[in-house]
Parts: sequence; C-alpha cells; structure tokens
Amino acid sequence: MNGALIGIAAAVVLALGLGFAARRGRQMSLEQWTVAGRAFGAPLVFLLMAGEIYTTFTFLGASGFAYGKGGPVYYILSYGPLAYVMSYFVLPPIWRYAKENALYSQSDFFASKYDSPMLGVLVTLVGIVALIPYLVLQFKGLGIIVEAAGYGAIPSSLAVWIGAAVATAYVIVSGVRGSAWTAVLKDIAILAVVVFLGCYFPLHYYGGFAEMFATVEQMKPGFTALPAHGESVWWFSSTVLLTALGFFMWPHAYGSIYTARSARAIRANAVLLPLYQLILLFAILVGFAAIPQVPGLSGPAIDLALFKLSLKSFDPWLVGIIGAAGVLTALVPGSMILIATATLIANNLYRVVHRSADDARVLLVAKLLVPVVALVAVYFALSGGQTIVALLLMGYSFVTQLFPALVMSLTKRNRVTRAGAAAGILAGVATVAAVGLTRASFATLFPALPAGIKELNVGIIALAVNIAVLIVVSAATRANAARRA
Amino acid sequence: MFRAVRWLALLPYLALIVGPFFLNQVTPYVFGMPLLLAWIVAWVLLSAAIMAVIYRLDPANRDEV
Repeated sequence: MNGALIGIAAAVVLALGLGFAARRGRQMSLEQWTVAGRAFGAPLVFLLMAGEIYTTFTFLGASGFAYGKGGPVYYILSYGPLAYVMSYFVLPPIWRYAKENALYSQSDFFASKYDSPMLGVLVTLVGIVALIPYLVLQFKGLGIIVEAAGYGAIPSSLAVWIGAAVATAYVIVSGVRGSAWTAVLKDIAILAVVVFLGCYFPLHYYGGFAEMFATVEQMKPGFTALPAHGESVWWFSSTVLLTALGFFMWPHAYGSIYTARSARAIRANAVLLPLYQLILLFAILVGFAAIPQVPGLSGPAIDLALFKLSLKSFDPWLVGIIGAAGVLTALVPGSMILIATATLIANNLYRVVHRSADDARVLLVAKLLVPVVALVAVYFALSGGQTIVALLLMGYSFVTQLFPALVMSLTKRNRVTRAGAAAGILAGVATVAAVGLTRASFATLFPALPAGIKELNVGIIALAVNIAVLIVVSAATRANAARRA
Repeated sequence: MFRAVRWLALLPYLALIVGPFFLNQVTPYVFGMPLLLAWIVAWVLLSAAIMAVIYRLDPANRDEV
C-alpha cells in the first residue's frame, strides 16, 4: 500500500466511525432517520445543505468542465446564489407546512398540497429518475478519485464497490445524522484542499491568475469567455435559469430543509451560502491551470484534469490528502441521496400500496432498499460513459419540471388543479426524455428556428411546454368542475 | 421599509441571467480574471450582501428563535 492509499483509507474509516458515532443515544424512529427529529439549528442545516451541494461535482466536474469547455463552466458559479436568494422566500413556507403536517419528503408535500396521493406517486417517480444519475455521478467520481490518487493500485470499479458499501453501511445505521457529522469533516477537508490547489497551481506554474488566463487565451483564443455557437450565451443563461429553479426541487434537498428547527435557520443560510459558493471558483481555476500542463484529455476523461495535474505536481502523501478529501465529497452526498431515494420508495410508493403500514415498517423497508438502490447506481456507474456535468444537467432537466406546480401551491388561492399539475409535469418530463433520445435531430427537426433558441437548454424548453400544458389543463378542469357544480 | 427592500432580490437575477449577453468578453482582466468571470464573482458577493440587508430588515427574523 502506498502513501496515498493510506490517506484515502483513513478517510473512509473516519467517515464510517463518525457515521456510527452520530447515532449514539438516539432511538432511530422514521422521523429521526430521515429528518433528525426536525431539531437541527442553523449550523447543522447549513452543513447539510452545503454538504449535498458541494460534491464530487465540485471537485472533478467543475475543474473538468473548465478544462474541457472553458467559459461555459461559469454557469456553475452563477446558479447557486440565485437559488439561495429564492430560497429565502420560498423555503420557509414549505418548511412550516411540512412541520404542521408532519411530512417527510417532497412527494408528501405535493400529495398533501394537491390532496392527491397519485400526484405524490408521480413526483416520486420523477424524483427517482433524476436522483439516479446524481448518485451515479458520485460513485463514478469516487472511482476516478481512488484510481487516480492511488496510482492505479485500486481499479476504479473496485473503488466504486467499496464506496457504495461504506455509504450503505452508515446510512443504514445512522440515517441523516450520520451524513451531518461526516459533512463537518468533509467540508473542512474540501475547503482546505480546493482553495489550496486553486491558488497554488496558477501561482506556481504561471506566476499569477491573469498570467494563467493569458496563457490559456494564447493557446485557445476566446476560450475563457462563452463561444459564439454551441454552449453560447443563450445556452449559458437558460442553463443558469434552469439550474437556479431546479436547485431546491431535488428530493434530497427536502430532507435537509425539514431538519431545520426554525424558519429563521433557513433564512440565515440564504445569506451565508452564496459566499460558500465561491469555493467553486477555486475548482474552476484548477481546471484552467491544467489546460497547458496536462493537455490532451477529451470526452469523459476531462473529469480527470484535477488529479492528472496533482499527480504531476505533488508527492504521494499530498495526493493522498487530496484523494481523501475527494472520497468524502462523494460519500457524504452519496449517502444523502441514498436516504432520499430509499425514503421516497418506502414512504411514497410502498406506503401508498400498503396503507396499513406503520412508521416502523416503512423505516424497515427504507433500510432494506438502501443496498438495492446502491446496487442500481453501481451498475450504471460501471457501465456509462458520460461526463459528470452531463449527468448532473440531465437530472436538473427532470427535477425542474416540478417547479411550476410547487410554486403555485404556495400561493393563497392556487389556480392550478390536480390534473393540471400532473399533466404539466408529465409533458415537461416527456419533452426532456424525447429531446434527450433524439438529441442529434433536434436542430435538424426545426431548422427554421433562430440559432439562439436552438442553443437553449433542453430543460428550459421542456419547462415552457410544462407551463403551457399546466395552464390549459387547469383551465379546462376548472371549467368542467364549475359546470358540474 | 422591508417591503421596498425585498425588491433588491431581483437584481442578482438581472445581473446573472441578462448580464452575460452584454459582458461576454475576455478583456479587460479584472483582479486577474476575464471580464465575464469577474462580473459573476462580483455578483456572487453582492447577492450575499443583498440577502444580509434583507435578513436584517425582515421583521420575521426578530421574533423567532
């Protein structure tokens, strides 16, 4: 075992230990397991919300996308602050309603607001479809990190298996409390590592930030702004809007929102989290620094940029520390997503079918589902060939379809009907799937469209379809109901 | 007062969604960053500042613990 592997192994053991210790002195009821008894104050809610946002995506995805695509990577900095600004106003009413009605999940929220268990089932299915790619990207990232940082001693496929096993174990024992405590460790580690790398590489190799960007610009003119075609400014702005709206539509985000003790804890976080977003800037700097130093990575291999540059620059012990931080950024969010997915299936699919099931039984089913979900994700992680950012954007296109029905449900007199909400979500998701499957032909199908529209993010086009269908179907069903009355 | 200040929350949306159409260029470098990146970083900071002002003035944050 080399020096780097010792660091990584220590991180895994520490994560496991913290996860198990977090459970001490608590009876694990369903409410404890999924939302920690709704007893977390601002600091722990902050860590959970930050914990699930700063993932392997931050670490490998942001640096890899900067390396491979250049300017378009800036979208990753832009959407977070917009989502937090919105969260200040939108999340407290959601939290309050969930507390009053003892809700556990996002699907519970829709089912309760629209008084329709079937809508809850639909939201659950959308959530699962979006969560799986998100979980896959965590495991995939984990495999990349362990293989690269361990100098190839452990192949990425084996690392994916070990990581999935560790996450499964501590999720089953400690639920969301395990994730919160490991999140503390993870956030300190990633903060230190990413800020260090983001400063060290530009200064060491180029003597300054402007010098680094100038070197990149010399190799590839225009690379550090948005290109005229493809990932153009139209793509950029529509992607920022899509991801900002979708940010809090992820099912696992609801888990962290519900853990809050008060609405004030949530509002305080809306002020602090945009600053935390700046960590991403350092990951982006690493990606740009890698362009002249480790040229030639393309396709899914761009996600390796950070580690290729680290391997070139540092001794094994330091690579081990970077690897350890990387492993934690995959394990913590991975475990949050595992909890969310298992709870969704148990509470919002199993319970709808078996109405008599009590909380203890639902908890048991959820725990039994954890390894099953992990296995599905391992399967995709070992078989797929997409980049980390592509996987995440696909998930975002799906979850954002829940946004219109959710926001309308918070208004005083909601004009959206059950059927309207369901039809809108279905239309949006179908559009994403259809365009995703026939990707190459989209521009050829509608050659008359201006280039700007063709470059819009698919999720935004789907959202427009979604809203149109939602309005029409709501109006029709309301008129119907009025005639009958 | 708070009702009026709340509208400040729209500024980050304008800056980060509409702004790139006008600021999509590399030069001039600002604090060592290409212009578009510098603009975005500035607005990340300004978003936090705006939310801090809103948080301070929001009466809801006074009575709850």
